Amino acid sequence: MNVNQSAPPVPPFGQPQPVYQGYHQSSYGGQPGSTAPTTSYGAYNGPVPGYQQTSPPGVSRAPPSSEAPPASTAQAPCGQAAYGQFGQGDVQNGPSSTVQMQRFPGSQPFGSVPLTPVVSQPTVLQPYGPPPTSAQVTAQLAGMQISGAVAPALPPVGLGYGSPASLASASGSFPNPGLYGSYPQGQAPPLSQAQGHLGAQPPQRSAPPQASTFTSPASGGPRMPSMTGPFLPGQGFGGPSLSQPNHVSSPPPQALPPGTQMTGPPGPPPPMHSSQQPGYQLQQNGSFGPARGPQPNYGSPYPGAPTFGSQPGPPQPLPPKRLDPDAIPSPQLNELPPQQKTRHRIDPDAIPSPIQVIEDDRNNRGSEPFVTGVRGQVPPLVTTNFLVKDQGNASPRYIRCTSYNIPCTSDMAKQAQVPLAAVIKPLARLPPEEVSPYVVDHGESGPLRCNRCKAYMCPFMQFIEGGRRFQCCFCSCINDVPPQYFQHLDHTGKRVDAYDRPELSLGSYEFLATVDYCKNNKFPSPPAFIFMIDVSYNAIRSGLVRLLCEELKSLLDFLPREGGTEESAIRVGFVTYNKVLHFYNVKSSLAQPQMMVVSDVADMFVPLLDGFLVNVSESRAVITSLLDQIPEMFADTRETETVFAPVIQAGMEALKAAECAGKLFLFHTSLPIAEAPGKLKNRDDRKLINTDKEKTLFQPQTGAYQTLAKECVAQGCCVDLFLFPNQYVDVATLSVVPQLTGGSVYKYACFQVENDQERFLSDLRRDVQKVVGFDAVMRVRTSTGIRAVDFFGAFYMSNTTDVELAGLDGDKTVTVEFKHDDRLNEESGALLQCALLYTSCAGQRRLRIHNLALNCCTQLADLYRNCETDTLINYMAKFAYRGVLNSPVKTVRDTLITQCAQILACYRKNCASPSSAGQLILPECMKLLPVYLNCVLKSDVLQPGAEVTTDDRAYVRQLVTSMDVAETNVFFYPRLLPLTKSPIESATEPPAVRASEERLSNGDIYLLENGLNLFLWVGASVQQGVVQSLFNVSSFSQITSGLSILPVLDNPLSKKVRGLIDSLRAQRSRYMKLIVVKQEDKLEMLFKHFLVEDKSLSGGASYVDFLCHMHKEIRQLLS
Amino acid sequence: MATYLEFIQQNEEQDGVRFSWNVWPSSRLEATRMVVPLACLLTPLKERPDLPPVQYEPVLCSRPTCKAILNPLCQVDYRAKLWACNFCFQRNQFPPAYTGISEVNQPAELMPQFSTIEYVIQRGAQSPLIFLYVVDTCLEEDDLQALKESLQMSLSLLPPDALVGLITFGRMVQVHELSCEGISKSYVFRGTKDLTAKQIQDMLGLTKPAMPMQQARPGPPQEHPFVSSRFLQPVHKIDMNLTDLLGELQRDPWPVTQGKRPLRSTGVALSIAVGLLEGTFPNTGARIMLFTGGPPTQGPGMVVGDELKVPIRSWHDIEKDNARFMKKATKHYEMLANRTATNGHCIDIYACALDQTGLLEMKCCANLTGGHMVMGDSFNTSLFKQTFQRIFSKDFNGDFRMAFGATLEVKTSRELKVAGAIGPCVSLNVKGPCVSENELGVGGTNQWKICGLDPTSTLGIYFEVVNQHNAPVPQGGRGAIQFVTQYQHSSTQRRIRVTTIARNWADAQSQLRHIEAAFDQEAAAVLMARLGVFRAESEEGPDVLRWLDRQLIRLCQKFGQYNKEDPTSFRLSDSFSLYPQFMFHLRRSPFLQVFNNSPDESSYYRHHFARQDLTQSLIMIQPILYSYSFHGPPEPVLLDSSSILADRILLMDTFFQIVIYLGELKGHERLDPVVAVKWKGWVAPWDSHPLGVFSYLTIAQWRKAGYQDMPEYENFKHLLQAPLDDAQEILQARFPMPRYINTEHGGSQARFLLSKVNPSQTHNNLYAWGQETGAPILTDDVSLQVFMDHLKKLAVSSAC
Repeated sequence: MNVNQSAPPVPPFGQPQPVYQGYHQSSYGGQPGSTAPTTSYGAYNGPVPGYQQTSPPGVSRAPPSSEAPPASTAQAPCGQAAYGQFGQGDVQNGPSSTVQMQRFPGSQPFGSVPLTPVVSQPTVLQPYGPPPTSAQVTAQLAGMQISGAVAPALPPVGLGYGSPASLASASGSFPNPGLYGSYPQGQAPPLSQAQGHLGAQPPQRSAPPQASTFTSPASGGPRMPSMTGPFLPGQGFGGPSLSQPNHVSSPPPQALPPGTQMTGPPGPPPPMHSSQQPGYQLQQNGSFGPARGPQPNYGSPYPGAPTFGSQPGPPQPLPPKRLDPDAIPSPQLNELPPQQKTRHRIDPDAIPSPIQVIEDDRNNRGSEPFVTGVRGQVPPLVTTNFLVKDQGNASPRYIRCTSYNIPCTSDMAKQAQVPLAAVIKPLARLPPEEVSPYVVDHGESGPLRCNRCKAYMCPFMQFIEGGRRFQCCFCSCINDVPPQYFQHLDHTGKRVDAYDRPELSLGSYEFLATVDYCKNNKFPSPPAFIFMIDVSYNAIRSGLVRLLCEELKSLLDFLPREGGTEESAIRVGFVTYNKVLHFYNVKSSLAQPQMMVVSDVADMFVPLLDGFLVNVSESRAVITSLLDQIPEMFADTRETETVFAPVIQAGMEALKAAECAGKLFLFHTSLPIAEAPGKLKNRDDRKLINTDKEKTLFQPQTGAYQTLAKECVAQGCCVDLFLFPNQYVDVATLSVVPQLTGGSVYKYACFQVENDQERFLSDLRRDVQKVVGFDAVMRVRTSTGIRAVDFFGAFYMSNTTDVELAGLDGDKTVTVEFKHDDRLNEESGALLQCALLYTSCAGQRRLRIHNLALNCCTQLADLYRNCETDTLINYMAKFAYRGVLNSPVKTVRDTLITQCAQILACYRKNCASPSSAGQLILPECMKLLPVYLNCVLKSDVLQPGAEVTTDDRAYVRQLVTSMDVAETNVFFYPRLLPLTKSPIESATEPPAVRASEERLSNGDIYLLENGLNLFLWVGASVQQGVVQSLFNVSSFSQITSGLSILPVLDNPLSKKVRGLIDSLRAQRSRYMKLIVVKQEDKLEMLFKHFLVEDKSLSGGASYVDFLCHMHKEIRQLLS
Repeated sequence: MATYLEFIQQNEEQDGVRFSWNVWPSSRLEATRMVVPLACLLTPLKERPDLPPVQYEPVLCSRPTCKAILNPLCQVDYRAKLWACNFCFQRNQFPPAYTGISEVNQPAELMPQFSTIEYVIQRGAQSPLIFLYVVDTCLEEDDLQALKESLQMSLSLLPPDALVGLITFGRMVQVHELSCEGISKSYVFRGTKDLTAKQIQDMLGLTKPAMPMQQARPGPPQEHPFVSSRFLQPVHKIDMNLTDLLGELQRDPWPVTQGKRPLRSTGVALSIAVGLLEGTFPNTGARIMLFTGGPPTQGPGMVVGDELKVPIRSWHDIEKDNARFMKKATKHYEMLANRTATNGHCIDIYACALDQTGLLEMKCCANLTGGHMVMGDSFNTSLFKQTFQRIFSKDFNGDFRMAFGATLEVKTSRELKVAGAIGPCVSLNVKGPCVSENELGVGGTNQWKICGLDPTSTLGIYFEVVNQHNAPVPQGGRGAIQFVTQYQHSSTQRRIRVTTIARNWADAQSQLRHIEAAFDQEAAAVLMARLGVFRAESEEGPDVLRWLDRQLIRLCQKFGQYNKEDPTSFRLSDSFSLYPQFMFHLRRSPFLQVFNNSPDESSYYRHHFARQDLTQSLIMIQPILYSYSFHGPPEPVLLDSSSILADRILLMDTFFQIVIYLGELKGHERLDPVVAVKWKGWVAPWDSHPLGVFSYLTIAQWRKAGYQDMPEYENFKHLLQAPLDDAQEILQARFPMPRYINTEHGGSQARFLLSKVNPSQTHNNLYAWGQETGAPILTDDVSLQVFMDHLKKLAVSSAC
């Protein structure tokens, strides 16, 4: 590989080419197909002046429409086809295919691909202006075709797996769409797709086989992921190359025209996001028109068409406009086939669809276990269910990287601008089928480590001299093997006992730590949980205290325990507080609990030692009595003021006095305005938004909390904060301590027992029961050449290398960024070792080690081929969210856009084959980058809507900081699940649709979730039977808007929906409260906020617009 | 002289007053030449079973600067219904209620036998007594247990409507909330941080209107609702609760590592107690009772660090200025004491530990507020238990022997001014016309506050004669002094006790004999001793002794009869004869000598010396020694080493200790059985002793051998029993209960006796005095004989 890579003179693609020359070329051809973007660009800018003007006139529309239809028809098939298989792939010709190739070691899933596309298409089509799709489709046709090519390519790969069958199924699937009467449009496309594909497939097929042959040799083994990766692109390209050229040429012109128009006359287009809105909407309307326009054509063949039939009129006008503009500017006009010219706007269905990508990955990679034995493998997406077999590298559940192939030099890395980061979740929970890391006990001597860099023994260590020594894989230092650890080597230089020792054969394992690893050289005592309950007026009145006390009584039986131990070793303590603190002595020997009030909040201390922290089972009677009495004692309190910092201080001091680590559970209601350290004032000021001072809203009011957090960390005191605010509580400041101590913040605005009970209790239960590591220190070691330079997450760092976590649970993630400090070697790759020293729930001191080996490349294309967009977004979001602390939000947004543009431009420049500047070419692995990035940019933190409070923003900001990839993925791009489309009987989750209003049909019901929120959207014309069976009311109008609980009804639909809701909740680390939203209801605004592909009220760009904008940026960079 | 003795005695019984001089020198110059100042010992609340209080208010002189109270010495014009103030000579109209008076229908306050009279004030809120326990929990288990029991017991002794509160302390200070049911609540304070009264009240939530938890209190009338607090509740309401709470008290749970003292936040605990009462019940009778088992080791008021290797300060350290914490701690407690006094509360200190507990620093708390100070070895001793119990003893009326928040005002006729007072009081800084510029004791005022007092509390009050020599008092003129004590009786009534006395003036030149004859040497000794002790608090020990010596010599020079330069000719009249001896013992007393005493002990002794009445004070100065023998009934004997005889049992009462000492049969001489037989027919034990004839045996050995249990030795039993019975009698009556020491010749505890007796025989002169006469004392101290010799020599010398 290396040789080949270096050899190819061709840009980035040259690398792969050597290996798969035939494919490469084709791939290049395919790339150009990305013309679609240009159109989108135009649309983006266009909205402003010129475009609007054009759009209104019906005249203009008419003519184009006439023209359009043919184009659309022609295109539509292509686009749809492309879509169906790889809507996204279209855009990213070459790369996309590679990604897919890589992912689908098993090509079998492919067969399913077609199905999914079908589904997605319909949804897309309906809501979103088919017009745009048509227009875009044309633009993207190249891509589409490519994708089409790809799709075929896949089957070929699958050949072994019976790719043909898959193809067949694919085609067969198209008819299926037809089944969905409601989505006639969607059906139409599939057909066309199928056709298109069919055409394209042949070549692809031929390619794939080759690829497959290649792969097998390359990997040498059954697991050929890496191999497949490379050749796939080739395949993809091969397919695309043919079709793309045509498309390519066509799209650019289209795209350009709008752009030129926009840019030229108005000038402002590019910068003006907000200004565009009006225009944009217009466009949308227009786009709808066109979409429908094309549909009619399709419509005829499909029953669904009629519905659109009414719309066709309008759409037509628009497309022409665009076409014209596009055509004019694009230099490659000539290249464009005439049909393409006719295509108008970007077709939303033609631009990369997250849903599609997710589905594809699920289908391709979900069925086979992911085996970690091979270096630099890109794991399946987080949205895919897959099993992991640890064969020497850490499971992706523990570590995910932005790229599994790191540029060898910092110059390359700088050029690519792809951040090198790993998202590490050291204590991640594993599905029951996977084994949690083995615990290795090396006795007195402790874990074996490199003498120089202190790296822990791992499978990458090289044993030499017959096993008497080993060479450190991180720093190359040669160490002696201690006699008790000596073992002979076999003929391959491997230790004979390699497979008996987890630390020699697995990616993740644990060491039992010796006393040297403990604080003060003493083995830790079991940790403690301290419940600290606000008993001020608000807390009492809302019923929180009574609810909480009641719950705690039973919850205390479920404290985390380890292994098979009968009882949890964790001790508990109780504190209540308002302006003063009340500690409770619940010693088992007491008949009644004793309350000790500390009013000296300025100088907090713990008033008792013995009896504060107790074993639950021993003191059960006293604890129960206490929990019974707390609500009574404060029942008629009039105290409204609270303190906050002293409460944490108290908990921390208590742990200090007990000489153990632990966790504080704080239940707090209001802004701490009582006279005490950490007193806060209400500084909420929405006027600061969009000013240079906006960052102050995210910064803590006082430095006191940082100091406090530091002390907490030193003591191993983790703070979990449950907030129940009725108004501004300054989450930005209150969350400082939880944030720095590895704790969590939960917020229940306007808490009322009736409405929020379930959510709170569920969160509480989960939070209390989850396994936590205490007093942890995490260190990421790397092999020479790269170095961990930056860390994101909920933790504290007192130096530049050690991540200190007072507490770390299975949901907390640390994102680590790496930078080069030397050249890497392709041969040896790059190694990461994440070592986490922590105290387990039972008080055992342990080291958890995760190892991961990455490939290194000298060709940028390899980098782009092995990226993970989800991880990248995770990193970028965290980076941006931290940035808002120090820079104006606008700067942060611009930085993100710029970086993204640079990444893509670099690809375009170095990896894509030369093509028209008007083409948007996205790497296959990153084809979702724009849409996801747009979601980040539109998020509440970076672009707050009017209804978003300062607290909400701060809350979300800190939440995202410790999210893992799966969470950020769904958080930024919510899942929208149609409930009534698939047959009730089907047990599987319904396939998601894209998050756009246009995908909603008013005759359906949808679920939307983003990990924090859960909406049930009910269309206005939902069948009465459905309403009845779900809500137990007779008509749509009788449904209570804002309902949070579905009635328990004994019918299949109700059961299914409720089951689905439950399963969604189970997937997330926080309980999602259900909100029923009726179409056209005022609550719908809230709901629409999560339809992230649409333009948002707060000025966030729609997907299409943003894509255009991105394209413009890229082009600027390229020129 | 007998008449004077009787007069003095009668005066003491009726008015609780003993003057150093009962005839007063009529001019300032003469008075100063009398050496012993004109002064008196006043027992303001002397128990007077024969004096029922009158249920009305006193009649005051209308002159605003005088306001003296109508008394038997006033001239009354029954017809005009006028009376003349005998201090300012203002003529006053009787109030309307007195319209009916006549020579035969006199109000009590005009009758001569009511020179002391007590009025009950009806108006004003009556607040219940308050007892706030401040309990150290850094005690040994059994000590704590004993203390808990004592406290629980005390609840039954308290008046049922009294308010009671509980503060416990160790490393932290806990203020227990008593009213709640279910969960017992307490407010906890850090022991290292001093808080202002305001902060304390804020933190205890006392600044807000009281919570509605306090319902009707049955006892006191409802028209006087006053701010109550959750921390002080009527005993009858929370009796059970508090008993349980006390029962559940645990030792301070914070670990004490090897080589450390427990951390004890006495200073903060007291501060909080003071602040609590200050905020809730100012100017009502309240006792803060501090029970501590060791020195404060942290926070404000710490006396010693927690390192055991650093011992608590000794006199040696103090002299060397080596007591790191003393000044600061003293300042802290003084500040507290003054605040407490201002609020009219008093602080008791019950310190029980084998080592010092910081009484030196804390003494002012008790001294300035009239609180008790009790020092013992352990709470698990009868000394503590009974002393504590005795605090709640009741008088003939069934009232507690305690009074609160008293102010003592002294009014004098114009020839006299008030120079100061020494006793458990603080100055109220009232500068009336009768206030002298020269201070003796606490001066500059004619009013003092005595926050806590009992029937024996006695103040020394010093006067100055200001009459000029050239303006003689007319013949037969009398000087008058009125003591007005307003106080809160234990029944919560406010009362005023008025004592008015008068003495004759005499010209010192012409009537020196009269003056001399009216000298009360006992009172004078005690008053001079108080002055000496008062000085010793602030001056170096030797300076005080020198001052005392000089006063004594001057007195002898003034009143002795002698020929110049002829010591042998020196004589003192009967009324002065004992005075030098008192001074001799005073010089040796622990009040002035710190040798062999810890600073705490010195403080303790001085505390009691400054408040006991004359009799007890004299015992303190010169302990009493009784001798028991077969030779006759018990008899008082000289406090002299010569009194320590082999065949005697001695009983010594030093006020602080009761020592029973079994004599030794001196061994060189073989005791003749005949002698024994001579002892009232009693059979000598050795006759029947299994070992045959003994060459020497001690009473102790007899006792050990159990002879007293044999019927034939009943006499011996009686002999042994007699001093015990007498001791018991003393123990019963005394507060604080003395240390009871039962020892024998050669016993280690015998030092208590040996250190007190006049060392007439020492190892230096033993053989010169012969062997039979007593026990030699191993000391270099001078004996009384030597002292007197020197005194005479100096007195007759013209050099001085």
